[in-house]
Amino acid sequence: MENNWKKQNPIRKTKERIFLIFIFFCAIMAIIPLISVMGYVFLQGVSAINFDFFTKLPTPVGEQGGGMGNAIIGTIILTGIAAFVGLPIGVFGGIWLAQFGDGKRGFFIRYSADVLSSIPTIVIGIFAYVLIVLMMKRFSAIAGGFALGIIMIPTVIRTTEEMIKMVPRTLYEAGLALGIPEWKVTMRIVFRTAWSGIFTGIMLSIARIGGETAPLIFTAFNSPYWSFKVDQPMASMTVTIYNYAISPFSDWHAKAWAGSLVLISIILAVTLIVRKFSKRVRYG
Amino acid sequence: MREKAIHEINKGQNIGDVSFKLITFLFALTVPLLLLSIIFVLVKQSWLSIYTFGFNFVVNTTWDPLMDNYGALPFIYGTLVSSFLALLIAVPLGLGCAIYLSEVSQSKFKEYLAVMVELLAAIPSVIYGLWGIFVLGPWLAGSVQPFLKMTLGFLPIFQGSPSGLSLMSGGVILAIMILPTITAISREVIQAVPHNLRESAMALGATKWETVKLAVFGPAMSGIIGAIILGLGRALGETMAVTMIIGNRPQISASLFAPSYTLASVIANEFAEAVSDMNLSVLIELALILLLITLFVNGLARIFIWKTIGKNKIR
Repeated sequence: MENNWKKQNPIRKTKERIFLIFIFFCAIMAIIPLISVMGYVFLQGVSAINFDFFTKLPTPVGEQGGGMGNAIIGTIILTGIAAFVGLPIGVFGGIWLAQFGDGKRGFFIRYSADVLSSIPTIVIGIFAYVLIVLMMKRFSAIAGGFALGIIMIPTVIRTTEEMIKMVPRTLYEAGLALGIPEWKVTMRIVFRTAWSGIFTGIMLSIARIGGETAPLIFTAFNSPYWSFKVDQPMASMTVTIYNYAISPFSDWHAKAWAGSLVLISIILAVTLIVRKFSKRVRYG
Repeated sequence: MREKAIHEINKGQNIGDVSFKLITFLFALTVPLLLLSIIFVLVKQSWLSIYTFGFNFVVNTTWDPLMDNYGALPFIYGTLVSSFLALLIAVPLGLGCAIYLSEVSQSKFKEYLAVMVELLAAIPSVIYGLWGIFVLGPWLAGSVQPFLKMTLGFLPIFQGSPSGLSLMSGGVILAIMILPTITAISREVIQAVPHNLRESAMALGATKWETVKLAVFGPAMSGIIGAIILGLGRALGETMAVTMIIGNRPQISASLFAPSYTLASVIANEFAEAVSDMNLSVLIELALILLLITLFVNGLARIFIWKTIGKNKIR
């Protein structure tokens, strides 16, 4: 009885079948690359990872051993500089957008953030190059961190705004009713309530810039040494992986896979953990 | 609305409030200022090149930094063709995924699929590049391209010797990278379609396919087009993975098996080693062209998406 129409309409039935098979095929096809990438990174990477990988400097071509210790530190420092540049603008800008940004000015700034997020990251790298590298006359970690900082602004500003807007308005009004100045209500009550969501956005954007390569290759450049000076060139995991991947040496290829494994583990861990705590924030 | 209420409560009497508003506003204002200065810096730095080559720059096909003879056409061609190839693959797959996620599946697999597609977006570009060099490229050159050559070899796009470092590899890797964008935004747009439309179609006895065709595609179409164009924007600006796999040769060849070059790739490869001021200026002009193309494409995408779901929903 239930399937009567189907028996009567073989064409409709076939169409429905084809449709269902097609979209299931799409779903399967979408996850094959993910599984392949993760599988290869894990299998190839795990054999090249050892303790030295985290603590040693890269070795010259042909010499066995060595690691990417300096690149791991470099990525952490670059991310730190980026946070220093991007977070104040993102967080305070987001607070302004949520609290005062209903008018034309708000729309304009929101739109600018959207446009900024659509600019290819390599173009932002050029901006940092012209502004900082040309001025200092050398590649530097500051330039790289500055570029990464700009890249994280749009994500941070929009999540901050969204999270603050999600705080119940009654909470805000209750604060005002107690006679607390508005800025204190905003910072001590509204912002604190929204903090976990904002933190999510910040972590996601940090995970994202940690995987950026393009804006770093001609700003932070690379360095084969331990580098802690921010006005000097600095190695990063992504640029090191890039250089190793396009080299003709199989030893370096193995290192590239190992570096990828470390990088991808950190990024996926952050993404998954953060996602568990907040379902509202979308990646990227 | 919020602003109004605040002024009713305390009309800016508190110095803390006034300065708080001002300080946060200054931070917010940094964003449009950054945007304008990026555009300004690019125009200023590429002025030498624009002034010297004029419009001829975008139609010249030669790229010879040593002779100071520069043309952008091979890069524009490589960028556009690899991105359209990516769309050709990613649009049906992404749409299928979005429909699967929002219309069909109720199972546990749906949850996993959603997370997995999201993770696909979280993998850094350089790792896609690495995977492309050692896995995707050899696979395309070893099985896919010979097969295409054998079956459809009479078409000029499938001629020449198979190669892992080719326009086709670039397109495929881009397709994988923009799949999450197209899936996520189409899904959002499809879910924004009012439920009673679907229910009406189902009440008339429509199958799932008919429901999607009649009740979902219509209202969601503009947003879906927006999602596709947004995916195109991502593909155009994507740098590392493409640079590592597209072969990096400034040529215009009809064959998808031939190496090519994109705007972003040439900047990534040559910028740090630019030999002269002119060379630098030319590369920055390429960045300007890339910026203008992506801004145009993204602007277009927003118009379509805004039509379907409100102005504040999409970033």
